[in-house]
Amino acid sequence: MLEIQGVSLETDGDNRVEILKNINLKFYDKKIYVVTGPNGGGKSSLAKIIMGVYNTTKGKILLDGQDITTMNITERARLGIGYAFQSPPRFKGIKVKDLLKMAASYNPEKVNICDLLYDVGLCAQDYLNRDVDTSLSGGEMKRIEIATVLARNLKLAVFDEPEAGIDLWSFQKLAETFKNIHMKYDTTIVIISHQERIMELADEIILMSNGTISAQSERDIILAGILNTDACACSTKCEKGVGQNVECIG
Amino acid sequence: MLNALDKLMLEKVADLHEIPQGAYNIRKNGAGVQRNTTANIDIITKEDKSGIDVIVKPYTKGESVHIPVIVTEENINDVVYNTFEIGEYSDVLVVAGCGIHNSGSHASQHDGIHNFFVRKGAKLKYVEKHYGQGEGQGQRVLNPKTIIEAEAGSVVELELIQIKGIDRTKRDTEIRLMDNAKLVVTERLLTYMDQEAESNITVELQGADSSAQIISRSVAQDDSKQEFYFDLVGRNKGRGHIQCDAIIMHNAQVLSTPKISAYHSEAQLVHEAAIGRIESEQLIKLMSIGFSEKEAEDTILNGFLK
Repeated sequence: MLEIQGVSLETDGDNRVEILKNINLKFYDKKIYVVTGPNGGGKSSLAKIIMGVYNTTKGKILLDGQDITTMNITERARLGIGYAFQSPPRFKGIKVKDLLKMAASYNPEKVNICDLLYDVGLCAQDYLNRDVDTSLSGGEMKRIEIATVLARNLKLAVFDEPEAGIDLWSFQKLAETFKNIHMKYDTTIVIISHQERIMELADEIILMSNGTISAQSERDIILAGILNTDACACSTKCEKGVGQNVECIG
Repeated sequence: MLNALDKLMLEKVADLHEIPQGAYNIRKNGAGVQRNTTANIDIITKEDKSGIDVIVKPYTKGESVHIPVIVTEENINDVVYNTFEIGEYSDVLVVAGCGIHNSGSHASQHDGIHNFFVRKGAKLKYVEKHYGQGEGQGQRVLNPKTIIEAEAGSVVELELIQIKGIDRTKRDTEIRLMDNAKLVVTERLLTYMDQEAESNITVELQGADSSAQIISRSVAQDDSKQEFYFDLVGRNKGRGHIQCDAIIMHNAQVLSTPKISAYHSEAQLVHEAAIGRIESEQLIKLMSIGFSEKEAEDTILNGFLK
């Protein structure tokens, strides 16, 4: 179980902005969580706090009772936390197969990297020897990124908007893949997503906005709420056609 | 005869574990020590100056020539002039590495001046690897000069690699391409400590529909310095593309001077250049799959220089 206890995150510098405000969450073993909510609500920051990319300003993070708050990215990765980037970085001179083999290198089980590519909707023979560089499209990069997380035997995997840039046809396959890794390694899965179809996979949905958890409940309850209200990030005071000052005129 | 150190040097610069197949000429400490020729490839010692003529007969296919140079003593200052005649419609690989092992306190230097005549329709792949080692204070210096005349329809592929242990290098490469000739240059350079490296590459697109692609990647670490000068000259209808990327670390310096010059309205020349640190996102990605920061850095650099 991953526990987030009273975690806050502020930006550095003079104009400090609180990105996460006193977050308390428990991610139980073998469950699928979907974190959703408006852009800028703190979802990706939550993911980065879990992986150790950002350090918390306040609060604690515990993995199976062990305090990992001060651990770096490598240490957390070796304890079984994984993270699929929203915008994965590209590498000159590193082939798809090299990257997947690296990702699988800490997995005690033998991993078939061709099957991994198949699971994310890519044909192995077309991609194994391609460089993970700008020759790949955004969608291809995202799939390979997901495959690098699937290659690992993880306690907890965080996927940051995995569906972005993935075509509809592959979408169903992706959803199945999430279910499969969940079954195979008992991995707790946290998916940041805006897609109803991804939300349907969830045991629980967490709604985040303005750096706080605005709702957390079983899937059907939250999903019904989201679909019924025209959930807009704008405040009620914000209306179209009202702003007529110089800044608004192009 | 070759000893264990010589063999190590050969492995580093020519990927050779044993005496090569095909034609070869091994030069050690300023003198030729072993040579083999084949029915299609002849190697002749020059009479007027130090060096060899390598003559590949027309239509020779799939053969290779290895001409490694090893320097294992200090205070050597070796200059050689090698001429390569790559016959019409032949297809050959030439590997010309140089390894210096200098344990002394005086500099050792090897300057290879290589002239290639790649005849009509021929295909040449030329690999030049530089490697140095040795505990002494004596500098290891390599100043190669490569001049290539690529005749009509020929295809030239160049791999220029310096990964380790060369203190000073000044590399000059001049290539002229005739009608429909095609060129791909891949340059890889790593410098560290207080090493200095300079590379000048000039490519002239002289013939119609010739094309050139130059891909240079380098890593500068510690207090080392690198300087690059690229000049791509379009004198006829043709395409040229220079892409140079450098990763800079620590207190290193990298200077890159691009130049593209067009003397023909149908010359299409592109230059891309970038110098920067390792991207933090790349490090984070590799650390997030369990690599230490050092392992991540090494992996990124190794890939980049591959």
